[in-house]
Amino acid sequence: MAPRGGVRALRGPGGASVRLDVRALVVVVLLMAAAFAASVVLIGTGDFPISSGDVVRTLFGEGTAGQEFIVNELRLPRVLVGLLVGASLGLGGALFQAVSRNPLGSPDVLGLGQGATAGALVMIVLFSGSAAQVTIGALVGGLVTGALIYLLAWKQGVHGYRLVLVGIGVSAVATAVNGYLLTKADFVDAARAVVWMTGTLDGRDWNQVWPLLWLCLLLVPLVLANARGLRMMEMGDDVSHALGVPVERVRMLLLVSAVLLTAAATAAAGPVSFVALTAPQLARRLTRSPGPNLVPSLFMGAALLVTADWAAQRLFGDGQLPVGVVTGVLGGVYLLWLLVTERKAGRI
Amino acid sequence: MNRLSAENVTLAYDQRVIAEQLSVEIPDNSFTVIVGPNACGKSTLLRALSRMLKPSQGRVLLDGQVIQSMPAKKVARTLGLLPQSSIAPDGITVADLVGRGRYPHQGILRQWSAEDERVVQESMAQTGVAELADRYVDELSGGQRQRVWIAMALAQQTPLLLLDEPTTYLDIQHQIDVLDLCAELHEEQGRTLVAVLHDLNHAARYATHLIALKGGEVIAQGAPNDIVTAELVERVFGLGCQVIDDPETGTPLVVPAARKARVRAGQPAVTEAS
Repeated sequence: MAPRGGVRALRGPGGASVRLDVRALVVVVLLMAAAFAASVVLIGTGDFPISSGDVVRTLFGEGTAGQEFIVNELRLPRVLVGLLVGASLGLGGALFQAVSRNPLGSPDVLGLGQGATAGALVMIVLFSGSAAQVTIGALVGGLVTGALIYLLAWKQGVHGYRLVLVGIGVSAVATAVNGYLLTKADFVDAARAVVWMTGTLDGRDWNQVWPLLWLCLLLVPLVLANARGLRMMEMGDDVSHALGVPVERVRMLLLVSAVLLTAAATAAAGPVSFVALTAPQLARRLTRSPGPNLVPSLFMGAALLVTADWAAQRLFGDGQLPVGVVTGVLGGVYLLWLLVTERKAGRI
Repeated sequence: MNRLSAENVTLAYDQRVIAEQLSVEIPDNSFTVIVGPNACGKSTLLRALSRMLKPSQGRVLLDGQVIQSMPAKKVARTLGLLPQSSIAPDGITVADLVGRGRYPHQGILRQWSAEDERVVQESMAQTGVAELADRYVDELSGGQRQRVWIAMALAQQTPLLLLDEPTTYLDIQHQIDVLDLCAELHEEQGRTLVAVLHDLNHAARYATHLIALKGGEVIAQGAPNDIVTAELVERVFGLGCQVIDDPETGTPLVVPAARKARVRAGQPAVTEAS
């Protein structure tokens, strides 16, 4: 018998064995397909519509020169940034929620988005910085906020509730700083700041793709190598300690990774709200698997963000919206639903 | 030399010192029970023995090595712990939870071996939860849930098993049930068990080796028949009592003195444990 209904073990020669959750695997494949389909549709969307078939042909290098320019130079980078930002936020959110053992313990609530925004606003308002400087400002803001939360919450180890409460406090301070910076801004800077704060993928090119891609290629394997320890940590520090998980080291490593992923994603696209909060929870409801569901959350985030970006461009007539508005609306509705159902289940 | 011991350990949380210069040996193949009044340091001692709490002075030795210096997984294959605080993840089944006890035997290339599967089945059978394998842990009663957690600790296959108040919050029949299970694991499988228990009579009946703690000091240790006396109970718990033979097992049975007798003896009716 397998350890759980849908879980199978694959055994190879030499005693090697791999644990395989069939349902989670199916969910991941479907989410990949959904993310790819949404990307193709999104690439085909715009002032020069291209059919999905042509998009796919062009992606595989068989399009016309005109199509290749539009697809590869103009629209593909934007979609890739969307996929990477979504994936980073989904994975980062899943890590935060698992470490804090709280569905509300995601970067949105903990104030990482606000911290990154503060960094970006300093660049926009005080220095009228370039796009690259704003990106660096956001990255630094996110990392400083992450370090601050960790230090304030550390007391012989970091515990879930303290992390969430400290995060909410830091978030409030960062929001106040952001409000102050906005009041100091002149008209042009303020308009730029507000667009950035909503989260948008407009005008993203290959320069945003590469750093994000390298970071993901570095961090995703590192995170997944520690996923088994994280699964044990769901049962409490004492139990995981007793099972031989170096709890504090794993937690530190995963939190640093999650902060890096979230800060980089925020630097690339602005604080796209609620993806980090919703993606892990939606993924979990699809896989019906206990455990942090890291890989499903990653692909759920990617699919969610690209779909939201498509909706932001198409659903509201001619006026395009920043993607953050759509994820905000979706996420807000989801958050209400979560609060209502959790309340019914007596958990809050 | 015994496999597990604490040598002159000072145990403290932040600045609050719980015990100083405490030395304890856990006899091999014993069912050792630690008793004492609230806040005497019994759970703290257990945390130190299971390397959950690092002594600020002194050392805890496992198989002759300082426990903190050993690789975490290696310790986890020798010494298991059933802590008081454990969280069953949402929507986890009994078999899945018990399976997680195999963690210290697994690695990235050995995630779920045939051996893992066999041990999990065996652990569930031993604790009588095999027929609950596919049920969700959330749906179980308190007694069943405790059996499942014990099964998880068993699946870890450690010769030493530490249990922190395994009977707390259980009804009397489930308390006895869990203790019977512990006795069985000790007698039939030769595991060394160390448990913290609140109930002195349970301790006296089930322990082969008893350690009485008060204020972070060992007041007495040995076989219950040798050490449990009215004087000891008075000294450790500040409670006047008679100690008689348990009619079932012949082990010491502590019968607290009636309130009137204690008032006459000049003892307050309610003693504040220190």
